[in-house]
This record gives sequence, C-alpha cells and structure tokens, in this order.
Amino acid sequence: MSHHHADHDHVHHGSDLSPVEARVRALESLLTEKGYLDPAALDALVELYETKVGPHLGARVVARAWVDPAFRARLLAEATPAIAELGIGGRGGEHMVVVENTPETHNLVVCTLCSCYPWPVLGLPPVWYKAPPYRARAVIDPRGVLAEFGVTLPETTRITVWDSTAETRYMVLPLRPAGTEGFSEEALAALVTRDAMIGTGLPKALPVEPVEMPV
Amino acid sequence: MNGAQDLGGAHGFGPVVPEPDEPVFHAAWERRVFAMALAMGYTGAWNLDGSRAARESLPPAEYLASSYYAIWLKALEKQLAATGLATPAEIETGRAAEPAKPVARVLARDGLEERFRAGFPSSRATDAPARFAPGDAVQARNIHPTTHTRLPRYVRGKRGHIVRVDGVFVYPDTSAHGAGENPTWLYTVAFSAQELWGESGDPGGTVTVAAFEPYLEPA
Repeated sequence: MSHHHADHDHVHHGSDLSPVEARVRALESLLTEKGYLDPAALDALVELYETKVGPHLGARVVARAWVDPAFRARLLAEATPAIAELGIGGRGGEHMVVVENTPETHNLVVCTLCSCYPWPVLGLPPVWYKAPPYRARAVIDPRGVLAEFGVTLPETTRITVWDSTAETRYMVLPLRPAGTEGFSEEALAALVTRDAMIGTGLPKALPVEPVEMPV
Repeated sequence: MNGAQDLGGAHGFGPVVPEPDEPVFHAAWERRVFAMALAMGYTGAWNLDGSRAARESLPPAEYLASSYYAIWLKALEKQLAATGLATPAEIETGRAAEPAKPVARVLARDGLEERFRAGFPSSRATDAPARFAPGDAVQARNIHPTTHTRLPRYVRGKRGHIVRVDGVFVYPDTSAHGAGENPTWLYTVAFSAQELWGESGDPGGTVTVAAFEPYLEPA
C-alpha cells in the first residue's frame, strides 16, 4: 500500500509523525468524522487493557485454586463460571479451559494460527507469543522452546501443547511451589508469573528439588 | 486458507526472544490500532472471524514482514474498503468524501468496561446431536479450503482422539465470509507428537487442537 500521502504531510508540515503514525491518526480522524468511532471509547479501551486487565488477575485464580480444593475442582471442571466467582471474565475469555500441571504432565499454550490468548486472566499477549518463532515451534519442539525460557523438565515429564484454534482459551494451573505451606493467598499470587500460566515458565521460588528445611 | 498465518511446525524463524518487562504497547499508534479494531468490530460491520480472514489473507511475504499491529491496521483498512464504510481514497487522505454508511451500533465510553468484562460469547445452540464422544478415534480431514478455516495444516490427515466435547459454537469457516454462523459442535482432539512429527516428535508428547465437527471423520 502507498504511504505517499502521509510522507507528503510529514515533509510539508514538519511533523514528527512517522508514516505509520500519520496513517493511523488520519484513519482515526476519518472514522470519527464518519461517526463510526468515539475517540473517548478508544481511550477507555486502551486504559482497560493497558492498566486494569493483566496477569495479576490470573494469579489470583491460581492462588485461590492452590488454597481451596473445592474451587480448584470447579475451575478444572468448568473454568469460566469458576473464574467469574472472583469477578474476572470478559472478551477473549468467554470460554475458558484451565489445564493443570502435575508431576507427570506439563502444559503449554500456543495459538499457531494467530494470537488467541486468555485476555481476562492474562491481559494482552506479549510480542513473542504472537510472533512466528513461538507459533511455529511450540507444537513441534516444545522442549526446545521451554529451554529458551530457562525451563528444563525431567525427560519423564510429558508435555501437552494446547493449540488455541477456536474460541476456547487455555490457562495453565501450575504446580504449587514446595515450601509454601501456610502462605497467604496474596503471597501465593505474588509467585505466579504470566509465563507460568502460559506454560513457558514456572512459579517463582520453585526449588529444582524439594529441600528439607530445619525448623 | 493455506496462508502465512498457519505457522505450526515451520522451521527457520529462529529462537523465541522474550522481552523483559515488556510494555503492553510499544508505540502510541499501536494503542489506537488496537482500540480502533475492537471498536469497529463492535459496530457489527463484520465479525471476529472476518477480521482473522482479512489478516491472514495478506500476501504471505507482507504478513511475515509486518509487525502484529501493522497486520491489524492493514486488515482494518481492507475491511473498511470491502464494506464500503470508507473508500481507499478516504483512507489515504483521512477526510470523508462520501456519506457515512449506517452501522448497527457505535461503542460508547459509558458502560464500555462492563460490556468488555461481560464478553461476547460465541457459543450457540443447536438441535443436532454431537457426532463424537470423548475417547472416540478420529482423523482430521485432509481439506484445503481457500477461504478461512481453523484447522491447521499440521494436523490434516492425522489420527487422534476426542478428549472433550466443548459445545456448540459459531462456525468460523462460514461466519468469516458472511455465510452465516452455522452453529457447529466443537471438540478438543489430542494427537500424539509422533503421529504429527514422526520420529522427531517429543516422545510421550501430545498436541491438542480445538476442531469443529466438519474437520473430523471417524478413524
């Protein structure tokens, strides 16, 4: 496509806008003039997904599942209403599925066809999740991808990769780190990283091997 | 369509490069493209499947060379022109030259957060019984539609089994090009990594996809 007009404006008005910035600004102006858009609604959408919806919400779900076995059972059986119990839900997570890591099985989430990602619990996806290297390799070389994230699993741990090819959205319920008995829900949530809920990471403070601590 | 978006199993893209402390957006224009795409989708002029189809039907070289929100921008411009909501000339100038076309609704700031926190479910009802049940052996059909589909190439022709009946959903293959929602049963299908990738597959590994009933046949 041509960027000539934007470039032309750029030169003549001495603006600091790049061609893409000028093109996007012009498009918003056009769509607003035509009455299809309210710029104040765009501001609110950006604010919602930049400042309010993010992986801290998924971390609350995980922490609750770690401390409340009945909630964990509801979450694994039917995730969307269970997550809604915490007031969490919405666009891009209307049909949630939570998959549980065990000592035998590790779960990894990808969208090979585009960028499907559970927005209400994790926010908008990072660039690497949407970019070709991860989308290409997660399904054919999950151990290699995990190694690039610094995660090395025992050979005996089986890996299940969940390719998000429809409107179902997956979140991983990671293993609760050893040594966190008695932690509050808030303290547990602080251990839950975004990547742990995608499956490309593990919760913080997870020892490689359980260590017997003297009391 | 067998486009550049269908990346599962491709080689040569290099390592995954996570960005520490990554911001949600990397430039101000990305914020506006993100929000414009959502708000224009909200007008009802097209649907989510149509947006995906518009993105993946960019020429493969252009798709792979474009950043994520650049793909969204190009697809949005394409959809505006295709629906007549804006002409290519208007998009170039940023000024209206034709009267606006009516749209079903315009996203307002008031109540926006509640609407997006409620979501827009794509589950539907059907009278048709589900053809498959958990445990059933199935084979993904070896189909190559030139229009939008959500059956990735790497599972076509492969054998797996049903692990979950997910319910009935809008069928993207027709919804994407205005041929109706056609509520269709959706299944989670598990394939062994070695069924998909031969000897190079991770031993004991599994890959699942969410597959609509017409993508599958009994195996």
